Amino acid sequence: MSALDPRAGDEAVTIFERSSPGRRAFVAPEADVPEVPVEELLPASQLRERPAELPEISEPELVRHYVTLSSKNFHLDEGFYPLGSCTMKHNPKLHERVAALPGHARLHPLQDPEYAQGALELMWRLQGALSEIAGLPHVSLQPSAGSHGELAGLLLTRAYHEDRGERKTKVLTPDTAHGTNPATVTMAGYEVVKVGTAEDGGVDLDDLRSKATDEVACLMLTNPNTLGLFDRNIEEIAGIVHDAGATLYYDGANLNAIMGVARPGDMGFDIVHYNLHKTFTQPHGGGGPGAGPIAVSDRIEPFLPAPQVLRRGGDNGAGRFVLDHDRPKSIGKLRGFQGNFGVFVRSYAYIRSLGADGLKDASHVAVLNANYLKARLAEEGIAEYLPIAFDRTCMHEFVLSGRGAKEKLGIRTLDIAKRMLDHGVHPPTVYFPLLVDEALMIEPTETETRERLDQFADIVRAILEEAASDPEIARNAPYTTPVRRLDEAGAAKRPVVRWHPGDAGAPANDGQ
Amino acid sequence: MLGAIGAGSVEELFADIPESVRLGREIDLPPGLSEQEVHDHLAALAARNRHADAEVSFLGAGMYDHYVPALIDNLLSRSEFLTPYTPYQPEISQGGLQVMFEFQTAISELTGLPVSNASVYEGPSAVAAAGYLAKLETRRTKLVASRGLHPHSRAALRTHAVGYGMEVEEIPLTGEGETDVEALAAAIDDDTAAVFVQQPNFLGTVEQLGELAEAGGRTGALVVCAADPLTLGILKPPGEQGVDICVGEGQTLGNRLDFGGPSFGFFAASERFLRKMPGRIAGETRDVDGRRGFVLTLQTREQHIRREKATHNICTAQALNALAGVVYLSWLGKRGLVELAELMLRRTHYARESLGLEAINPVPVVREFAVRVPDLDGLFERARAERINPGYRLGHDYPEYEDGLLVAITERRTREDIDRLARLVGERAGVAA
Repeated sequence: MSALDPRAGDEAVTIFERSSPGRRAFVAPEADVPEVPVEELLPASQLRERPAELPEISEPELVRHYVTLSSKNFHLDEGFYPLGSCTMKHNPKLHERVAALPGHARLHPLQDPEYAQGALELMWRLQGALSEIAGLPHVSLQPSAGSHGELAGLLLTRAYHEDRGERKTKVLTPDTAHGTNPATVTMAGYEVVKVGTAEDGGVDLDDLRSKATDEVACLMLTNPNTLGLFDRNIEEIAGIVHDAGATLYYDGANLNAIMGVARPGDMGFDIVHYNLHKTFTQPHGGGGPGAGPIAVSDRIEPFLPAPQVLRRGGDNGAGRFVLDHDRPKSIGKLRGFQGNFGVFVRSYAYIRSLGADGLKDASHVAVLNANYLKARLAEEGIAEYLPIAFDRTCMHEFVLSGRGAKEKLGIRTLDIAKRMLDHGVHPPTVYFPLLVDEALMIEPTETETRERLDQFADIVRAILEEAASDPEIARNAPYTTPVRRLDEAGAAKRPVVRWHPGDAGAPANDGQ
Repeated sequence: MLGAIGAGSVEELFADIPESVRLGREIDLPPGLSEQEVHDHLAALAARNRHADAEVSFLGAGMYDHYVPALIDNLLSRSEFLTPYTPYQPEISQGGLQVMFEFQTAISELTGLPVSNASVYEGPSAVAAAGYLAKLETRRTKLVASRGLHPHSRAALRTHAVGYGMEVEEIPLTGEGETDVEALAAAIDDDTAAVFVQQPNFLGTVEQLGELAEAGGRTGALVVCAADPLTLGILKPPGEQGVDICVGEGQTLGNRLDFGGPSFGFFAASERFLRKMPGRIAGETRDVDGRRGFVLTLQTREQHIRREKATHNICTAQALNALAGVVYLSWLGKRGLVELAELMLRRTHYARESLGLEAINPVPVVREFAVRVPDLDGLFERARAERINPGYRLGHDYPEYEDGLLVAITERRTREDIDRLARLVGERAGVAA
C-alpha cells in the first residue's frame, strides 16, 4: 500500500506497529544516587531476561496516533446518543476542571484524614445529597460502578439475614431486568428466580406472590423499569416482598426519571444504588470509570462497607470528618481505599450546580423529551414499522419493537441501527429488554433540544422510507464509518486479543 | 411539545406514580449555583487537602506519586475519549476498541501471560475477581492468601468470597518479610481453589515467585499474583514463573492519585481461562470490505448476554483509565520503562541504607521497604512540621509491626528528599545534637 493510495490512512495500525528501534518520548530524571548494578540489588531468579516489547515512538508520533484513534470514535459531545438505560446526558466541562485541581487529583488516599478534610467533607456532603435524593438515610460511596453496587446490596442482604439467624437462597429478578442483576445474584451465591411481566409492563403481581416464599432474600427492581414504565403497584410489591422477609433492592440505572418527584426510600426500597456515570454526569469514558454508591435503610446500616465517612463534633462546620473503620458488623471492603473519589467530585459539582430545583427540572425535561420523541415516532410512516412495545405514558425512556419493519420491510432492528450511523447519530440500545421482539430502547435525556429530537424522528422516517424502496441499503449499512460491519462471529471463533510481532494485521511503519 | 404528546402539563406525565409515594415537597438541598460559585466552592474544599505537591511524600502502600506526562492530560480530556459509552457499535468506536486491544497487548507483555481483558475496576476487586474465576474453574471452597497481599486486597477478597461461598485462609510472612513458602505448602490441600501472592509484596519484598507458585499450585490450585505493573519493567514476569492469573492496580501507569480512584485494575491469564475472564475483551477482526477492525469479543461470557450464567457481573469498567495506562507505557517505551524502574530500584536501596533503621524485610526490595522506627510518633511530628510525609504506618494493618513504617520511593523522590528524611530520622529525641 503506497502513501498515495487513498485508503492508506484508513487501515488500522497499532501503536506497536509504529514502533521503531531507538525512538523515544521519555527522558529519565537525573540519576542522583550511585549506579549500583541491578544484579547486585535483585536476585537473579527475579530479573526480567528481556525487556517488555513496548512501543518505541517519539512524542509527536505518539500524540498523532492517539488523536487519529480518537477521530474514529463517535461521542456525546458530537451528537445525539439516545442509548436506553445509559443516560447519556451532557458532561459539564467545569467538572473536569475541578476534578483536576491538585487538592483533588494529587491527594494520596492514605493521607492522614487531618490533612484531607476537604476531600472527606466533599464525600460527606455528597453522601448527604444522595441520601436526600433517594430518601434513605445512610450512604456508602465505595462501590465502583452499578454492578458493584448491586453486589454490595446482595452482600448486605445476606449479612442482614444471617445476623437475624435466617438463611435464604433465592433472589427474584423481573424478566425485564438489566443483565447485571441476574449475574450479580449468582456472584452473591443466590439462585435467580425470574418474575414475569404483566400486560401493562409492570411486575406480574400474581407471579410475584407465588414466588415470594420465605426462601427469597431479595427482589431486585428497576423503577421505572427497562421499558421506561413506572410500576404503579410499587407499594403492593414492597408489601409482598417485605412480608416474605426479603429486602427490596433498587437498581438506580433509571433514577434520572424521578429526581425530586419520588424517592425509592419512600416506595419501600431498602437498598438503592446510584450510577454516578449516568444520572450524575460522570463522563462515561468509553466504558468507565463510573461509581455506584449505595444508600440503605436503618436496618441495613450496621452492615455497610468500611470505612464510612462521618462527621464528629459540632455543627456549622466546626466538626471534623473521619474515616470510621470500626464497624464490627460490616461486610468489609469491596475495593481499595475510599472509592472513585474523582467521580464524586464531578457528581457533587453537578448536584451543587443544579440544586433542588434543577434536579427536579432535569427529571421533568427527561420525561418530557422521552414522551415527545415517543409521540413523534408514533406518527404514520413510523409506527406501523416500529410499534411501541407498551403503549403508555413513559418516563425517561421507551421501547419500540422492530417487529413491523422485519415483517413489512424485511429489515431488522440491527439494520436500522447500523443505518443510523450513516446519519450521524448513535443508535438506541438494541435487542433489550429481551421480552420485546427486535427491541429499540430509546432514552433521549434532558440534554436534547426539541430540534435534536425532531431530527432523530426524521432520520428514523427516512431510513424506513428508504427501506420500503430498497431494503438492501439498510441491510448493508453503514457506509460512511471508519470501518463497515465487522465479522464478530469470526472474532469470537478465532480470538485475536493481542498483537504479536510479525502479525500480518497491517504493514509495519506505514509510509516510512 | 406537550401538544404533540397530548398532555396538559409535564406533571401529567408522572401520573403513574401514586400520590402516596410522591415526595410532596422539594428535596432538601441548597439551590443551584453558577459555574463560578461551584468552582470556587470546590476549590475551597480542595485547598484543605494536603496533596502530593504540597509536601514531600514517601506515602505509597498501593498508590504512588509518579509523574504523569502532560500528553496524558491532553489526550484524556478529548471529548472523543471522554464522552462515549462502552463501544456497543464498533463501526463508530474503532478508536476506543483499538485502545483496548493495545492495552491488552501491553498488559500481556508486562505480565508474561497471553491474554488480558480491557480493565476491571481497580486492584483489590481484581484480586476478588480472580477468586471468582477460581471458584468457577475448580468448584473448590478454599482460598489461601499471603499476608504479603495488600490488606485491602485481602479484605476485598474476604468480602466477595462470602458471596461465592468460599473461605480465605491467611499465611504468615517470615521474619524477613517474605511469604513463608513452607506455611504456604502446608496450607494447600485438595479443597484449595487458588493461592494469592503479591509481587513486590505489601512490604516491598521481591518475592521468590517461582518457588511460591510451585508450592501453591501443587494440588491444582490456581496461582494468582497481584503485581505492580511498573516494577514488572525489571522483574521477571509472573507468567514465566508458573502464575496462572496476574492482576493488579494500574494507578502507577499514568493515573492520578485522586484520593484512591478512579484508576484501573488489570486481569491477565493463561490462554485456558480466556473464556472465563471477567469484563470486556477487544478482539481483532475484519469488516465486510476486508479492512482491519476491532470488536468487543467473547461476549457470551458477559452479563448482558449470559445473565445469571455470566463469568462476572461487571459492566462499566475503567476504559479511560486504561487508556492513560497504555499511553503512559508508550510514552515510557521499551527502554524508558526499564530506566524508570532501575532509577526507582537504586533510590529505594539508597533510601533504605540512608535511613539506617532496622529493616523489617532485610531482603531485596524494588520500590518500597519497611523499617522499624523507635519513635514513630516523634518522627511524624518532626516531619509534618517540615511538610514531609514519612510513609505509611504498618500498625494500621499489621499489629506485629506496630513500630513499622513503609517507605515508598518513586522517580519524584530525589536524593535530596531522601537525605532530608534521613536527617529527620537521625534527629531522634535524645540522639540529636
